[in-house]
Amino acid sequence: MVTLSSDSRPIIGRGPPLGARFFFLAVVSITLMVLDHRGGYLETAKMWMGVVTHPFYTIVQAPFDFWNWLTSSFADRARLRAENERLTEELRVARIRALQFEALSEENRRLRAIRAASDGIAERTLIAEIIRVDIDPFRHRVRINKGANHGVFKGQPVLDAFGIVGQVTEVDRYTAELILISDSAHATPVQVNRNGIRSIAVGTGDMGKLSLPFLTIEADVKVDDLLVSSGLDGVFPAGYPVARITKVERDPSQTFAVVEARPMAQLDRVREVLLLWFDANAQEPERTEVSSATGAPAEASRP
Amino acid sequence: MAVGEMRSSVMRVTITAVVALIFAILPLPAESEVARPNLLLLLIVYWSLSAPRIAGLMFAWFCGLALDLLQGPLLGQHAVAFLLIAFLTHKFQLRMRVFPIYHQTLTVFMLLTLYEFVLFWIDGIIGQAVTSWMRWLPVLTSTLLWPVVVAVLDTWNRRSR
Repeated sequence: MVTLSSDSRPIIGRGPPLGARFFFLAVVSITLMVLDHRGGYLETAKMWMGVVTHPFYTIVQAPFDFWNWLTSSFADRARLRAENERLTEELRVARIRALQFEALSEENRRLRAIRAASDGIAERTLIAEIIRVDIDPFRHRVRINKGANHGVFKGQPVLDAFGIVGQVTEVDRYTAELILISDSAHATPVQVNRNGIRSIAVGTGDMGKLSLPFLTIEADVKVDDLLVSSGLDGVFPAGYPVARITKVERDPSQTFAVVEARPMAQLDRVREVLLLWFDANAQEPERTEVSSATGAPAEASRP
Repeated sequence: MAVGEMRSSVMRVTITAVVALIFAILPLPAESEVARPNLLLLLIVYWSLSAPRIAGLMFAWFCGLALDLLQGPLLGQHAVAFLLIAFLTHKFQLRMRVFPIYHQTLTVFMLLTLYEFVLFWIDGIIGQAVTSWMRWLPVLTSTLLWPVVVAVLDTWNRRSR
């Protein structure tokens, strides 16, 4: 049984009655929800309210940061040397690849200029770290430790070393929220790297699975085909790896094949992500909607 | 004396609310994450019963708004759900306070279900409904936690009186 704590204030004359207060606050919250959802009128307000929430994230993050600091400062010599060797080796391989990349990207740029198409090459990148906070177990959203102060903007593409991770949905001064490509409210315009067939990869709510619901049974896709971003949404630059096809099922009585793919990015393990700025003017101006709209992706998938 | 006691009560309410907010975003192992008990809501019910003049509707509303800022996709969603629960608790506080503990737990279970339903409903309106049955797990874990919360906070209240 709950005990009543002492309370010395008078009972009468304490402001408006309970029902009136409830009604007033309910109206305020519903107004907030409508403003937030319908028009996004609260962007600036939210940005400043990040100042309030930031201490909470810092507190939750602190033990992990401390642990990381501890393990890295007491790491033993042999391990550091082994790691150093491995990294040097990786750097050497990457340098050689980069040599080819320079030439290829130059050639690519020239070819795209001939076709007057967008070039998908990033202008500027920034590494951000994912904050260890749980936002919502049913939605694939994560927070990163870079915000508007670092120039992060809404709808910015986010990658890791293996492929596209997601895009920024909300920004405040110090942090930003990402939606992962595996969230069931996210759709990524992709094309099959082998033959250029365009489609939409929709998140399933499972980190290891994307689904491609708009491929007909005649579509030329095979297991192990690489899907890259098509750049048609104006959010993701073209040509970055998104997923690899894991399952194609063709039922002759159906119009669409059941196609599933596995994201290239390590969505469940990634700690550091890459924010991308690219020349948006070169891209088509149209944008697809992230939130739950199935109409917009269908529109983008039209050949 | 009375003012000092009042101040210590305010402090207790604030401290527990901040702890519950931190608990709400604390990373848990992926398996137990879906069943994370809703400590903040339990606290709001508890303080609405125990210190109704301190933890009023405004308190519940601000707690909800803080939760919205920390995790919600929509500003005002948790705020309105918390507000409804706080309103009902305030409305029936005289009765709820004298219920035996199992009866009280049952009432809290109903409040929690209502809370989850409001969230579910708003999610549906904005078109992001989570239809998995697992979203109702926190109702169960929170209900089980209620007697513990009451025992701990009651002891604390008596100790500091």
